Amino acid sequence: MILRQASDIRPSEIADKSVFVTRRDFIKAAMAAGAGLLMPSNYARAGEKLEGYRRGVVAIEDKATPYKDVIGYNNFYEFGTDKSAPAANAGRLMTRPWTVVVEGEIRKPKVYDIEALLKLAPLEERIYRLRCVEGWSMVIPWIGFPLGELIKRVEPTGNAKYVEFVTLYDPTQMPGQRLPVLKWPYIEGLRLDEAMNPLTLLCLGLYGEVLPNQNGAPVRVVVPWKYGFKSPKSLVKIRFVEQQPFTAWNRAAPSEYGFYSNVNPNVDHPRWSQATERRIGEEGFLVRKRKTLMFNGYADQVAHLYAGLDLKKLF
Amino acid sequence: MKYAPYLKLASFFVALLPLTRLVYGALTDGLGANPIEYITRDLGTWGLTFLLITLSVTPLRLLTGWNGLLRLRRMLGLFAFFYVGLHFLSYVWWDQFFDWQAIWKDVMKRPFITVGFATFVLLIPLAATSTNAMVKRLGAKQWLFLHRLVYIIGIGGVLHYWWLVKRDITQPLIYAAILAGLLGFRVVHRYANETENKLDSHAPAPQRA
Repeated sequence: MILRQASDIRPSEIADKSVFVTRRDFIKAAMAAGAGLLMPSNYARAGEKLEGYRRGVVAIEDKATPYKDVIGYNNFYEFGTDKSAPAANAGRLMTRPWTVVVEGEIRKPKVYDIEALLKLAPLEERIYRLRCVEGWSMVIPWIGFPLGELIKRVEPTGNAKYVEFVTLYDPTQMPGQRLPVLKWPYIEGLRLDEAMNPLTLLCLGLYGEVLPNQNGAPVRVVVPWKYGFKSPKSLVKIRFVEQQPFTAWNRAAPSEYGFYSNVNPNVDHPRWSQATERRIGEEGFLVRKRKTLMFNGYADQVAHLYAGLDLKKLF
Repeated sequence: MKYAPYLKLASFFVALLPLTRLVYGALTDGLGANPIEYITRDLGTWGLTFLLITLSVTPLRLLTGWNGLLRLRRMLGLFAFFYVGLHFLSYVWWDQFFDWQAIWKDVMKRPFITVGFATFVLLIPLAATSTNAMVKRLGAKQWLFLHRLVYIIGIGGVLHYWWLVKRDITQPLIYAAILAGLLGFRVVHRYANETENKLDSHAPAPQRA
């Protein structure tokens, strides 16, 4: 481009700002589209294999739920409230670049790049039951490492009583967030000792590959002894706080969804029973519902966290 | 009108389509990961839909003057009962496996099931008195009085749906709005007629030549 003198430029050549900005956006979009064709996609990285994880670190007798059900039957209201909506709409979620801000009452706050998280601790395969509050359940072979591995590296201070999790808020990528079905961004939380429990998983994959978008890519938490909504997805922030976090479902319906929400067949949801559950993907059409287990079958590992608590009051 | 029998036959087969779709879906594993929940929900929403279609006959008749719709109303109402009955059967059989204790507990303790069960029970006398013979036996006045229960049934059905939904009330809200319109139409129409009748009764007697 030949540099011209300022006086050479006629006023008519100077684009009006609105036109200038629109043109720039257009060029950006065109380049992004073109780049998308040439470069590895930022979108929908499902299918990418995870290497180097230890298999079967936690395994159970229950049969794993078929992969197509795990990725096709989801509650992820950020992408719509139908069970099939997340699989249909989560393709537009960009999982790279991705960072998780870890902050709050800790000595070593840090912004972790997702690639750093993938290398933070040895990856393990953990096959967990997941029980949804609606009354269905799955068995999923997750891949990740104990959340405690991250927690000990950031060194919580004496003021840290709870851990708060924040999901991405971006209505352009998450169309369900355009409606106030829940308060966005999705907030979840655990007591610090719950977060430190060996079962609590910082999860990066399932079924041998990275997390599909509809399952909470690229990083989520899995808390197998609580109802599924307490396993937040697509995390962007982990805060260590003094006050109990005001979680999304507790805020939406405090009489129905408590902070703890431990799986408990003896404490019904106000509108339906929690005594039984439908295991998704079981062979045969006419299969009975199964009895729900206390703490989703993880009582041995977590019951001590709630010793002496009235679980009907602190549901 | 000479097409009437054909219209009724065609409507009969069209009304069976939702069931056909479900059966096909069940046989081809096309109902998703939780087929029993899908079936129960689908049968319920079609029952409610047929109920609303039945309730729309009178407003349509009054608006268009087409009395032919009246021929279809009994069949539509019975289809509502048919789908609601299947919905109930699906719950009792595939959801609860005839565990009567659990079912009764549900009916007693879960408001949405209480109202749903009551709504189903109210439909039974309406279905039972749907035949011509029954209309004769009851007499028009009593028959009409009994069948006005359909308004309560409509409200019950919408409440049942509204109270069971976890968070997203979009669907029940749409049904509620349509029901409100269909019932509201009758209220407005009756009021308009009463006003007209009152005016007529004050009209001067026609002049004699």
